[in-house]
Amino acid sequence: MATTGALNQDALTPPSRGESFVRRFRADEELAYLVTLTAAAAVFLITALVWYELFAQSSLSRHKFGWGFLFTSTWDPIAGTFGALPFIYGTVVTSALALLIAVPQGLGAAIFLAEMAPPRISNALTFLIELLAAVPSVIYGLLGIFILVPILQKSVVPALKAVLGELPIFQGAFYGVSTFSAGIVLSVMILPFIVSVSREVLLSVPRDQREASLALGASQWQTTWRVVVPNASSGIMGSIFLALARALGETMAVTMVIGNTPQIKASLLAPGYSIAAVIANEFTEATGDLYLSALIELGLVLFGVTFVLNGLARILILTTSRGGAHS
Amino acid sequence: MRTSDWGKDLVNQIMIGITGLCTLLTVGTLIFILGYLVYHGSAALSWSFFTQLPAPVGETGGGMANAIVGSGKVLLLATLIGIPIGFLGGVYLSEYGGKTFSFVVRYMTDLLNGVPSIVIGIVVYALVVHPMGHFSTFAGGVALGVMMIPISVRSTEEFLHAVPQSLREAALALGAPKWKAIVSVVIPAAMRGIISGTMLDLARVAGETAPLLFTALSNQFWSPGWNQPTATLPVMIFTYAIAPYDDWHRQAWAAGFVLLALVLSINIIARLALSRGTYVPKS
Repeated sequence: MATTGALNQDALTPPSRGESFVRRFRADEELAYLVTLTAAAAVFLITALVWYELFAQSSLSRHKFGWGFLFTSTWDPIAGTFGALPFIYGTVVTSALALLIAVPQGLGAAIFLAEMAPPRISNALTFLIELLAAVPSVIYGLLGIFILVPILQKSVVPALKAVLGELPIFQGAFYGVSTFSAGIVLSVMILPFIVSVSREVLLSVPRDQREASLALGASQWQTTWRVVVPNASSGIMGSIFLALARALGETMAVTMVIGNTPQIKASLLAPGYSIAAVIANEFTEATGDLYLSALIELGLVLFGVTFVLNGLARILILTTSRGGAHS
Repeated sequence: MRTSDWGKDLVNQIMIGITGLCTLLTVGTLIFILGYLVYHGSAALSWSFFTQLPAPVGETGGGMANAIVGSGKVLLLATLIGIPIGFLGGVYLSEYGGKTFSFVVRYMTDLLNGVPSIVIGIVVYALVVHPMGHFSTFAGGVALGVMMIPISVRSTEEFLHAVPQSLREAALALGAPKWKAIVSVVIPAAMRGIISGTMLDLARVAGETAPLLFTALSNQFWSPGWNQPTATLPVMIFTYAIAPYDDWHRQAWAAGFVLLALVLSINIIARLALSRGTYVPKS
């Protein structure tokens, strides 16, 4: 209660100071306002600065290659020819694979945690899943190289080839590092985001919706699937976008298992490359302004795409959760 | 009971089973990750890991003392840069902000939070490393500091927002000016939450590797001061894991174990502290 003492003193500052007290009071108030406003505005400034720097620093490459940068696939630093297609392809394929695995599993887990499990168990499990989100990406990479890749090589891929070997996506030799491995590591990494955001969104669906459905004789699952999930669908979509943005921008884990070979192969078992991975690997070794500028343009592409995806995701989540403004 | 009810109940049971399995798989992943790191990491960990410099290629032994200190310095700098801005921004949003501008700032903060960390690395390279002419601890701190801002803004705002309005009114009724009420009543009431939020923020950037690759770079030796490239734990894990030497792989496991233990214990402590606080927003 020491604070109240201090307050009293201030509040009861002698009226003899009159005029100057009021002025000082206002000046402090203004100052506090301005300082916090500046800090809040800094967020804007930083975002603008990121856009500006990426744009300005990539001008050399943008002017030389134009839009063709995105659609050509020759990446030859020595000849000074840069096309981003193999990296864009690798990024899209690994992220798509990750979503394919993580969305059903994540949604299933979110439904279980929000609708099926008793609150106590749900809270404990959610706690563990949020810890999963805290695991650094370089650790996922470490496990990817030394644990996942050998397992894939020994049992998973031979089994897949035996069953689905005819498909073009499972053709060719498998050396461990590949688009396939990267997609699987990514799927584990984005899971916790899908689970925790979807769970929140499901929980924010009003209780009476559930009760009305149950009262009509629907089972718990029917209520969940036909009433709660449709109600939360745009928020769930938002969580998927959020996860997709994560997957596209993920660097370390992908760099460690994708194989770092700029090529476009139909087979998932072939090594590939991703935008973030090529930046991580070549940025410090980039000799010459054009090379560096091309890498920064890749950064611009990545930033632009994730910016738009995140923007959409946030809007979708806001429209679902009622406590919108403060969620 | 009609026959359709039988089907209905069966489907219900099956779906509980399937969704439960999804949850189990997800949680199981965490157990696997912990298990492998404890298994491989503790076997590779030794006292010299904490006290010695990395051994030259071909020699066994050595440690990562310089990377541990380097990570500490980079994180200290990041906290000094990121937390004040984030904290004050959060105070603005919760206490002063109007409707439209606050909404836009909040939105931007979330977008900034979603920027791939490697992009932050590029920008800090262009703004700090390039003008200075060399990689440095300082540049690494700036990169991680920028990454800390969005989470700090949002968590500060959330915890301040959870302070009951009546507390503010009581302070104002005593005649305190608004800023005084915020500083001596509202912020102290939310302090536990804000500190926990800061810890979670720190734990998140502690494992960041990508933005350090071309800001702090790395270093086989000690990095005195703030102006030289420095080794950090995450970057060392990366370099050692992709290198072709078995001994380096062992060191990478040891470093991974130390990093994960650090990050998860901060997380657990902060989250437990939060769940016992008085003013906890459901997050």
